[in-house]
Amino acid sequence: MNIVVLVKQVPDSGTERQLDSSDNTVARASADNVINEMDEYAIEEALTVKESQGGEVTVLTVGPDGATDAIRKALSMGADKAVHVSDEAIHGSCAVQTSAVIAAALSQLEYDLVICGAESTDGRVSVMPALLSERLGIPHLSGARKLTVDGSTLKVERQTDGGFWALEAQTPAIVSTWDTINEPRYPSFKGIMAAKKKPVETKSLADLGVDAGTVGLATATSQVLDFAGRPPKGEGVKVTDEGDGAEKLVGFLASQKLV
Amino acid sequence: MVLDYRLDTETEALRTMVREFANEVVRPQIGAFYEADEFPTAIVRQMGELGLFGLPIPEEYGGSGGDYFTLCVALEELARVDSSIAITLEAGVSLGAMPIFRFGTPAQKKEWLPRLCAGEALGAFGLTEAGGGSDAGSTRTTARLEDGQWVVNGSKAFITNSGTDLTELVTVTAVTGTRPDGGKEISAIIVPSGTPGFVVGQRYSKVGWNASDTRELSFTDVRVPAENLVGDRGRGYAQFLSILDEGRIAIAALAVGLAQGCVDESVKYAAEREAFGSPIGRNQAIQFMIADMEVRASTARLAYYRAAERMLRGEPFKREAAIAKLYSSEMAMENARYATQVHGGYGFMNEFPVARFYRDAKILEIGEGTSEVQRMLIARSLGVGA
Repeated sequence: MNIVVLVKQVPDSGTERQLDSSDNTVARASADNVINEMDEYAIEEALTVKESQGGEVTVLTVGPDGATDAIRKALSMGADKAVHVSDEAIHGSCAVQTSAVIAAALSQLEYDLVICGAESTDGRVSVMPALLSERLGIPHLSGARKLTVDGSTLKVERQTDGGFWALEAQTPAIVSTWDTINEPRYPSFKGIMAAKKKPVETKSLADLGVDAGTVGLATATSQVLDFAGRPPKGEGVKVTDEGDGAEKLVGFLASQKLV
Repeated sequence: MVLDYRLDTETEALRTMVREFANEVVRPQIGAFYEADEFPTAIVRQMGELGLFGLPIPEEYGGSGGDYFTLCVALEELARVDSSIAITLEAGVSLGAMPIFRFGTPAQKKEWLPRLCAGEALGAFGLTEAGGGSDAGSTRTTARLEDGQWVVNGSKAFITNSGTDLTELVTVTAVTGTRPDGGKEISAIIVPSGTPGFVVGQRYSKVGWNASDTRELSFTDVRVPAENLVGDRGRGYAQFLSILDEGRIAIAALAVGLAQGCVDESVKYAAEREAFGSPIGRNQAIQFMIADMEVRASTARLAYYRAAERMLRGEPFKREAAIAKLYSSEMAMENARYATQVHGGYGFMNEFPVARFYRDAKILEIGEGTSEVQRMLIARSLGVGA
C-alpha cells in the first residue's frame, strides 16, 4: 500500500508566535519551527499501516526551504522518501490555493492512502483534507481515532464529543487523524542516520503545472486584515461553597464542556 | 583554520530526540522511582529501542553506528532531567559493552553485543573492591584456571547495573597470577548472571543516583569457561585504564547536563516564584546566581567538546579528558548548590528536581577518578613532580 503523509512545518506552538507586520502572514523566518504536532500522529499511523500491509510511505510538504527539517524528522521516524514543494510564489496562500498545490503534487504520485493531521497548529483552518477530497474525487474519512486497513477497505472510527462514528471507504482515500489515534514513536539514532540517505525531491510550481498567478497572497481567498495581541487572562470564576459547591463546580465544568 | 563546535544535522537531531524523550518520558516518572529506590526497567528498555545503548558501536555488532561523542550528547540531555537514567546508560555502554567491543573475542562480541546494544541486556564492570578503587594493586579477587575453567573468588563493591532485571553479565577483574616483575597479574573475565556461587547483594542506600542500580557482588568458587577471558591475560586492568579516559568525557557530559538542568529549573522558578510582590528573578542576587550557573555550564561543555574532538581525531586526549571531568564535576556541584539556593526551602524538598540534582552532583567528583586523581593526572601531564 502506497501512503502519502502530508506534513507541515509550523512555528512551535509552545512558544510565543507572531504574525509578520509587513503582510500579516505567519512569521516563519524568526520562529522556532517544528513539525506540526498533529502530523506526527499521521506519520505514526502511516508507518503502522506500512508495517502491517507493506508498501511505501512518502512525505509531502509544501513550505519554504527550511521545511526540510520537518521532512527530515518524518524520514527519521521511518518514512521512505519525500517530496518538498517549494516556491516563493506560494507565500501567503490561503487553504484553497494550498490545496490546489497539494492536489497537483499528489496527482504526480501513486497513492492508495493519504493521511494527514486533523489540523495544523498555525492556521487551524482544518479544511485541507476536505478540500483535497473534493479536488481529487476521493473519499474523506475525517477525524480518525482509529484506522483499520483490510485489503482495499478502510475502516475509521471518527471521534466525536460523545463517542464515534464508524466510517468505511475503499482506497484511494484520505484520512485525517486526531492525537488520540496512537503514540508517535521517537526517531531512533539509526533512523536519524538513515534519513540522511533517503531521497527528497524538490518541486516548483512549474514542475507541478500550477500557474504561479493562481497562488499567493495577492489572489488568496482569505487574508488577515488586522491583528492584535491576545488580551491578558481574565479573573476567572470563583466558586464559593454555600452547601452547593459541588453542584456549582460541576455546572461550571459542564458549561465549559469539560465533563 | 578550523574552529567549529557546531553539531552536524544528525547529532542535532539526536539531541532533540533525547531531549524530547527525557522531558516526555523520563521527567514525569523518575521522581517516583528515585523515592522508591527502584530501577526504572521500562524506561531503560525504551532507551534501548531508540538505539542509545549502541550509540558508539558499529551496526555490524547491533550498534547504532554513531561515535562516542554522540553518546556524550545523549548523556548530557538525559542528565539535564535525571542523572540516574544517564549513569545507567553511561555505565551500560562504557562499562558493559565497550570492554567487550574493544577487547572481546569475535565470539564474545557476537554473543553479547547485539543484546547489550539493543538495551535488552545490561552488562556491568566489576573493578572496585571494598578495599580500593583507584588503586588496582589492591585487587584481592582471584581467578585460577582449573580444568578449562576460571574459578573466581572474592568480592566487588559499588558495581553499577549489576543487579537489574536486565543484567546478564559482569566483567570482573581478578588476580590471575604473578607478573615477571613480581606484581599482580590482573585479567578481566566475563561472569554471566546466575552462575552458581555468584551472589548479587542488596542495593546500597545511596545519597544520590537512587534510581540507578549499585550493588556489592560476591564470588565463591564461581566457575566460568576459560574462553570468558576478555582481552589479554594479565592486561585486564591496563586495558580497562585505556578506556577510562573516554569514560571521563562521558562523565563530564553527564555533569554538564546536570549543571544545565540546574539552570533550566532555576530560570523557570525565578519567573514563577513571587516574593514581596514580584517574581524573584527581578532580584539581582538571583539573576547573578543564574548567570554564573550558565557561565559554568557553557564553559564545561566546551571542555568536554574539546576532549571529545581530540579523541575522535585520534589525538592524545588524556589531559583534556581529565580537565573536562574535573571542571565539569566541580562546577556541577556548584550549580546544584546555587540552584537549591534559588529555590529556597523548596530546594530542600525531594519532590523538586533541584533537590535530586543536589544529591546527584557529589558522586561526580568521586566516580570515574576522583577530583584528586584528575589533578594528579593534569599536573603529571605538565611534567610537575616528575
